[in-house]
Amino acid sequence: METVRTPKEQQLIISASPHIRSEETTSRIMWSVSAALLPATIMAAYFFGPKAIFLIALTIVSAVAAEYAYQRAMNKEVTVCDGSAFLTGLLLGLNLPPTVPFYIPIVGSVVAIVLTKQLFGGLGFNVFNPALIGRAFLLISFPKLMTIWAEPTAQFVAMDAKTTATPLGIMKTEGLAKLMEVFGDKVSLYKSLAVGNVAGSLGETSAIAVLVGGIFLLIRGYISWHIPVSFLGSAAVLAWIFGGKGALFTGDPIMHLLSGGLMLGAFFMATDYVTSPSVKKGQLLFGVGCGFLTMLIRLKGGYPEGVMFAILIMNCFTPLIDRSFKSEVFGAVKVKKEAAK
Amino acid sequence: MGLATFKGGVHPPDKKELSKQSPITPAEAPKRVCIPLSQHIGAPCKAAVAIGQDVKKGEVIGTPEGFVSAPVHASVAGKVAGIVECPSATGRMVQCVVIENNGTEEWTPLKDNPDYLSLSPEDLRAKVKDAGIVGMGGAAFPTHVKLSPPKEKPIDVVILNGAECEPYLTADYRLMIERPDDVVAGLKVLMRILGVTKGYIGIEENKMDAVEIMTKAVAGEGTIQVVTCKVMYPQGAEKMLIKACVDREVPARGLPMDCGVVCQNIGTAVAIYEAARFGKPLIERVVTVTGAGIREPKNLMVKVGTMVSEIVAQCGGLKEDTAKVISGGPMMGFALYTLETPVTKGTSGILALPESEVKHADKFGPCIRCGRCIEVCPMGLMPSMLSITAEKGFWEDAKAYNLFDCFECGTCTYVCPSKRPIVQLVRLAKSQTKP
Repeated sequence: METVRTPKEQQLIISASPHIRSEETTSRIMWSVSAALLPATIMAAYFFGPKAIFLIALTIVSAVAAEYAYQRAMNKEVTVCDGSAFLTGLLLGLNLPPTVPFYIPIVGSVVAIVLTKQLFGGLGFNVFNPALIGRAFLLISFPKLMTIWAEPTAQFVAMDAKTTATPLGIMKTEGLAKLMEVFGDKVSLYKSLAVGNVAGSLGETSAIAVLVGGIFLLIRGYISWHIPVSFLGSAAVLAWIFGGKGALFTGDPIMHLLSGGLMLGAFFMATDYVTSPSVKKGQLLFGVGCGFLTMLIRLKGGYPEGVMFAILIMNCFTPLIDRSFKSEVFGAVKVKKEAAK
Repeated sequence: MGLATFKGGVHPPDKKELSKQSPITPAEAPKRVCIPLSQHIGAPCKAAVAIGQDVKKGEVIGTPEGFVSAPVHASVAGKVAGIVECPSATGRMVQCVVIENNGTEEWTPLKDNPDYLSLSPEDLRAKVKDAGIVGMGGAAFPTHVKLSPPKEKPIDVVILNGAECEPYLTADYRLMIERPDDVVAGLKVLMRILGVTKGYIGIEENKMDAVEIMTKAVAGEGTIQVVTCKVMYPQGAEKMLIKACVDREVPARGLPMDCGVVCQNIGTAVAIYEAARFGKPLIERVVTVTGAGIREPKNLMVKVGTMVSEIVAQCGGLKEDTAKVISGGPMMGFALYTLETPVTKGTSGILALPESEVKHADKFGPCIRCGRCIEVCPMGLMPSMLSITAEKGFWEDAKAYNLFDCFECGTCTYVCPSKRPIVQLVRLAKSQTKP
């Protein structure tokens, strides 16, 4: 049969449905999470001076460069523009002590990007959070350099700050009484911890700045509440029950929540899509596991801080959790009920 | 209380404003029609006419083979010019009867039934079957089969699907606005056939005028209720609509009748009314011709077998930058490779998208396990895992993730930030393994 042709005969594009897609893209997510870390980055610069900016920038540049170099060398498509290497670099940078020499960010970035991410297949295939493996590698390889903390007094001035211990470090070695001695009273301790006017990793000291970014992510739907709430909640409960000296239920959950890398970990590291469970129920278990391990290390372990190892250990369980907590198929409950009859 | 809905879903821009104001107008009569003998799910029809034979409008030209099938009727009066293979919307070649329209529009004698509601359910069901009525929402499942539930599956509810949750489409909307009484009459026929005393009409909240009109139309009908549903794709999927309207869950892999419900589309209800009242077979339907690639979006009453190219031409033709033409809606429709394909009983819309709105599917990233697809999947599946297992060719693993519960609504693919072709991978996996 002869066919009636359209006036404008043209090549039409064929593809499977659906034919429309949402505006969300992987790179938009990565850049948004990076943007959410801006308050924490600004506070890092404020308290630890130009060196903080230098270290964070160097970590980002080395992370992106490592990804670019690896992908070029392996003849893979270069995907540095998707923002994921930038985000890994930024997170690692914010997790470094302000005193480290220049080669620390470089080593850490290469380990994070090449060893942790690319060797496992690149974005989406890594088992562990790249930034945290980078940091764990540095902590184990350079235990001395990675535990020299500076007083948060630089405030945009390039000067050598006095070294000091982190609040959690003081807690570990000398106890709560000493901590109170340093900060005066509880309220001023909380205040310092919230604002970030304490020693610690670059981006973790200001709990408020991290929280602002975290709330931004929650509102925009980039993360759900399940991991942060279960992580922080379980850590707080355990701190309250077991954190006190001697008697149970005398611990100080607020101090624990505000100090160390807990906020940063709960909102930005444990929520990493690739290395955390995808189903909400699984995420709750994952968060509780993180909170439990964090407090176990803080209270009973050798390190003053446990967030990093807690998340990395829970990363190991993610595939198992994903397998055990599958989503509930529509209508499946009814089928089960009928089978039981 | 919130609006009726289901768990999951997405809300893409609905773009219904392009065509919703356009009243249903009859399309120009085509010079010839090319009527596929397989327009439905099930066995194709056997040609009942010979080349050169004269046929009248409404005459049977294809007789069904088997129970799950529906007869095909001539949509114009004229001479059978050929029985040829022609591409269908899905790209497969199907056998078609080509009829040269003689322009007389002469009907084959139809049996008028002013008192149709006093007919027995069996007679009414036979009328639906003889009229060749199939689900007009797109799936085109023979309606009489749905209306013949086995004895052990008692039906107590009929739901009309006025959700029209696919973006762009306004065919059912216009029917509700323009012919509310016919819709209700069709629903009543359905209720009579099934011996049911509860009828619902589910309509999404973005069509409040339709809700009002339909509510007025059912006023005084104590047995029929209009349910306003949340604007949420895929609200019009049978299982979701049932959940929203009567809060029943169709068992996994089951059918609506497993929970006592039969769902029908709005257009189908009107066709059922016409079949019962006038004995009119299903030979024309409302088609929404729309999209930014169409110069004048319209809702046309189109004769089955009319070429897509002709109705596009009647809507001002395609704009220069049109890159994709879709039969159906943007979420579940089929991309056409040629406009020389006929409109069938299941063609709800013709959507033309310009280059700028076409999302190229060739470039996609790895799954970042963000879980968005899991959140939105109306079936409670893990599309991320379906796509990952199917991509690697692990068909059995895909099955373990409930591959065959997926009805390919495309919600997961719509939200995927990595732009993964999840539905395509699901279809691939389904074709490579058995349920």
